[in-house]
Amino acid sequence: MGIFDIFLLEAVINGLLLGGVLALLALGLNLVFGVIDVVWICYAELVMAGMYGIYWIHVVWGLPLVLACAIAMVGVAGLGFLVHYLVISPILGSAPINQLLATGGLLFFLQSFATLVFGNDFRNIGLRLPVIEVADMYISFARLLAFGAALAGMIVLYLFLSRTFMGAAIRAVAQDREIMAIMGVNTKKVYLITSAIGGGLAGLAAALLVLQYDVHPAVGLSFGPITFMICVLGGLGNLLGGFVAAFIMSQFITVGGFYFDLEWGYVLAFVFFIMMMIWRPQGILARRR
Amino acid sequence: MLELSNVSAGYGSFQALFDVSLEVRAGEVVAVIGPNGAGKTTLMRVISGLLPVRSGALTMEGRSLTEIAPHRVVETGIAHVPENRRLFPGMTVEENLKIGAFAPEARARFGERLAFVYELFPRMLERRNQLAGTLSGGEQQMCAIGRALMSGPSLLLMDEPSAGLAPVIVHQVFDLVRRIRGEGYTVLIVEQNIQQVLRLADRAYLLEVGAIKMSGSAAEFAESESLRKAYIGI
Repeated sequence: MGIFDIFLLEAVINGLLLGGVLALLALGLNLVFGVIDVVWICYAELVMAGMYGIYWIHVVWGLPLVLACAIAMVGVAGLGFLVHYLVISPILGSAPINQLLATGGLLFFLQSFATLVFGNDFRNIGLRLPVIEVADMYISFARLLAFGAALAGMIVLYLFLSRTFMGAAIRAVAQDREIMAIMGVNTKKVYLITSAIGGGLAGLAAALLVLQYDVHPAVGLSFGPITFMICVLGGLGNLLGGFVAAFIMSQFITVGGFYFDLEWGYVLAFVFFIMMMIWRPQGILARRR
Repeated sequence: MLELSNVSAGYGSFQALFDVSLEVRAGEVVAVIGPNGAGKTTLMRVISGLLPVRSGALTMEGRSLTEIAPHRVVETGIAHVPENRRLFPGMTVEENLKIGAFAPEARARFGERLAFVYELFPRMLERRNQLAGTLSGGEQQMCAIGRALMSGPSLLLMDEPSAGLAPVIVHQVFDLVRRIRGEGYTVLIVEQNIQQVLRLADRAYLLEVGAIKMSGSAAEFAESESLRKAYIGI
């Protein structure tokens, strides 16, 4: 057992920690698609908005970080609600391409708006969390915290979906939306609540990412495409599929980056994705229709 | 209890129901029979609010159903068991039953309603944690009926409960409907299986090409020569 093995283990663990946040992102996107049947192309930009929000509230206004994160979560949940109410619901019945274009337009709008208000600089909240040493491995505390919070968020969501009436209704709408009215369920209300939850998850992801990374108007591009790939890999709309796929992809990224260069880790992940799409285009755990 | 007066409805430019008038009184079992494409499912959808009425009146216990939002129709005491069951396949039996009790009034009584349904259908209690998609046809029908009962309705709309089921199971399903009737529910049942449903119903309507062609007691229907020739082939 040499140093080689311990560094590999470190990469695997970092992959696990990275996977947690990616899984959270995938969950939000999958939830909205699974229930409403619309892909929010601008999902990563919602996260960016949350990150800027936390930066502004904590660094500029000086409120405590935890409070800033809480406010941002609620704020992005509200943003999710607005995305559905203002942009999606008017075009729910129209061709899917229109819906994609609309959320695509929203992506550019949010990016441009951020550039206008904050400029192109990279902003950082300036938090320096310790790096923990465990048996010759260096694990960033920020990453550990992010993983823990992501897991907690996902557990809360799971409990909500499986234990409450509204949670059951949300899952039911995803399986058969047409008959929901005869059960007394107002599907419009379910869509709005789901959109708010999707936004809330994005807000949580923002809190976790802002601990580790800088925010700038194009930050969505660093994790947006990967999130989509993860969702598609796991079967678009399938919550469990996205969860599993997130950890698979993150392992490719970190372990691949360990053996070769960091960028190669991403390349390997993308190649794996392409291969999977050729072999099983509907996704690993394809959504039951 | 339920009254339709000159109801017309359709899909886009296609009109499916023409001036349909019928009524269902409390405690009755009323059957609507007719061939494929007659508009029977459309009729069910109009009553439960899934399809809007274009003209005519639709009332339940005197309350007009055309003025309330579709998802609130269940609050008037109408529960719809859809054609082909339409259970949520990825959810368990118990979760399917839970959705049936989504409306606020039903939610308040969830525990007692669930106990009632399990008592009525012990097989559902056995399979409470089984995914609904893996149930047999007859069990799915049982679950779909149970789900409708969870909202505590007074009127049960049943859309072709025998569809796609083996003859032996069809017998069982109709026995279920008899039991439900015995519990005091009023039932409006749409069926293609004329022989079975006429044995069960008090009154019947014949729906052909979107219009009521005949109405009367089940006995009258069973004896009708023209009906026999056209639908039962005797």
